Amino acid sequence: MISGTSVSLVECAKTFPDGTRALSPLSFEIEDGETVVFLGPSGCGKTTTLRIIAGLESPDPGGRVLFDGEDVTQVPIELRNVGMVFQSYALFPNMNVEQNVAYGLKVRKLPGAESARRVREMLEMMDIVALKDREIDQLSGGQRQRVALARAIAVRPRVLLLDEPLTALDALLRERLRVDIDALLRRLGITAIYVTHDQAEAMALGDRIVVMSHGDVAQVGTPRQIYFQPSNRFVADFIGTMNRVRGFVSNGVVRTDAGTIPWNGQGEEEVEVLFRPENLTITEPERGHLTGVVETAFFLGDRTRVIVRGAGDTVLVVETSDRHEFREGEKVGLIVGPDMLTFPDGEAP
Amino acid sequence: MNNRELHHLSILVLPSLTVFAAFFLLPMARLVTVAGSGDMGAYAYVAFLTTPRYLESLIATVVLSASVTVATLAISVVSGLFLERNRFAGRKILIALITFPLAFPGVVVGFMVIMLAGRQGLIGDITKVLAGDKLVFAYSMAGLFMGYVYFSIPRVVLTIMAAAEKLNPALEEAARSLGASPWLVVKDVILPGLKPALIASGAICFATAMGAFGTAFTLATDIDVLPMTIYTEFTLNANIAMAAALSIVLGLITWVALNAARSLAGSTVAAAG
Ligand SMILES: Nc1ncnc2c1ncn2[C@@H]1O[C@H](COP(=O)(O)OP(=O)(O)OP(=O)(O)O)[C@@H](O)[C@H]1O
Ligand SMILES: [Mg+2]
Repeated sequence: MISGTSVSLVECAKTFPDGTRALSPLSFEIEDGETVVFLGPSGCGKTTTLRIIAGLESPDPGGRVLFDGEDVTQVPIELRNVGMVFQSYALFPNMNVEQNVAYGLKVRKLPGAESARRVREMLEMMDIVALKDREIDQLSGGQRQRVALARAIAVRPRVLLLDEPLTALDALLRERLRVDIDALLRRLGITAIYVTHDQAEAMALGDRIVVMSHGDVAQVGTPRQIYFQPSNRFVADFIGTMNRVRGFVSNGVVRTDAGTIPWNGQGEEEVEVLFRPENLTITEPERGHLTGVVETAFFLGDRTRVIVRGAGDTVLVVETSDRHEFREGEKVGLIVGPDMLTFPDGEAP
Repeated sequence: MNNRELHHLSILVLPSLTVFAAFFLLPMARLVTVAGSGDMGAYAYVAFLTTPRYLESLIATVVLSASVTVATLAISVVSGLFLERNRFAGRKILIALITFPLAFPGVVVGFMVIMLAGRQGLIGDITKVLAGDKLVFAYSMAGLFMGYVYFSIPRVVLTIMAAAEKLNPALEEAARSLGASPWLVVKDVILPGLKPALIASGAICFATAMGAFGTAFTLATDIDVLPMTIYTEFTLNANIAMAAALSIVLGLITWVALNAARSLAGSTVAAAG
């Protein structure tokens, strides 16, 4: 069991020497033992933030990194005691599996017996005991990442930092290793920061998710908060599929070009209404809040994804478990469930 | 591969086989027979072991080449890594300057050593002012050592830079995250990563130093390195058989050293040099 360390970023901005502004000043806290996922599109600054926490990059002057309240901004990575796991595995090719896992312990001059015991424990935990004498080039990608995890955890780091550890693996393996990592993090109670651009991975692993956009934090919240209560349009759009319809609010309804949606809010204004595909029910044209025409339908087995045209500015995506076979050109009505969001129209995304 | 293809292939190989035979096998065979045709017969090969002058010359050459290789590798690793990892104004010009001697024949290198460490050389002038005594070492093994290191550095630096560029930075970051000090990162990550390049360029450096002639010839005729000994036997003493035997020995030792390096590094390395 590793006792967790809390991590705080205080006003950390990052401008690279070439002038690229990778991060606006950002601040957030990660509690001890928590698994936090950085999620966001490519180039939004996830890796940069992770590297600042690791000590591989320093924040612009004024920014601070705290571990358990202690300022470690000036502490170089080799003294920060962080574990790192890379997308490219980064295993030492001149060492075999066992030597890789033992490396951090060797550097720390741990006595041989203690080191051997700890390595054994790590190999068992990652289920790779049988591979201990293998050379790195004799391992599959999944096995390599297990070795990399064992190597990172063996030194009992204060924080475990993982940068897209599963991106290089195929879907099946990714799923399996994700489940294992999840179990491992819970078992160790270690503070972990996990970078990904895969939402499903983020939802499944994160106690909390930090959604990032253009070098800034768009929202911090639990997976449910992020999914059900996105605090801005970027998050709403980035997470899952989101339908949007423009309309005018008045007297408890939103009037749109394609129909009227009941709304339990006050005021009169132009709004944009956002709702998830599973929040729409398909019905007869005359009974729906909105009406439209089926453009295409994808049968997915357990459900059908129907693309409806004419009910909004853009097409609407509907997911239904209805067994009805939807045909192109079919006229349908759509009932919008109560879980919808409205944003004042024209708000910056 | 069927017979027909084999037939076509052997026709294609024929020209290069001919060239190989004409310019390599035949002269080599001739060299071997010449070496055995002197007064001593095949004993010419043994003579170099029993004649102190030859043996000393051989040992001096091997020691010189080995130390040139070690010094060149050390200097090149430091400067190659520095040049690869730092971007500064004038970097390109510096690289161009360092690789300048690539084009110099041994004579020019010898000339430069004399201008630096010879009787009228820069080092001599400086030491005279500072210590009152003129330091002159151009016409000795030390001068030769300096010249060889000077013309070996360009090749090795370029190889090291190419190899350093391909090193995976994540490996160094992983090592540091595990607590490795900068020195440990060099020892455990960078040097192992550069090993194939070090062995390949080291082997070439060693072989070149073993066979180099122009610099030694320019500096002094009494520096006893094997190529000079061969030259002396051949031209002054007209002992052609001995010269041939020494040539074969020189080639053989270098060839063994190259092969040892190659097997040390795994298979494909010599090509990388
Ligand atoms: N060393 C650097 N020099 C200059 N700009 C950089 C450097 N490293 C990153 N950047 C820039 O900073 C921004 C953030 O990069 P970062 O690697 O943090 O993104 P990311 O969110 O990890 O993206 P990805 O999902 O593609 O890995 C990008 O615009 C990138 O081009
Ligand atoms: Mg990244």
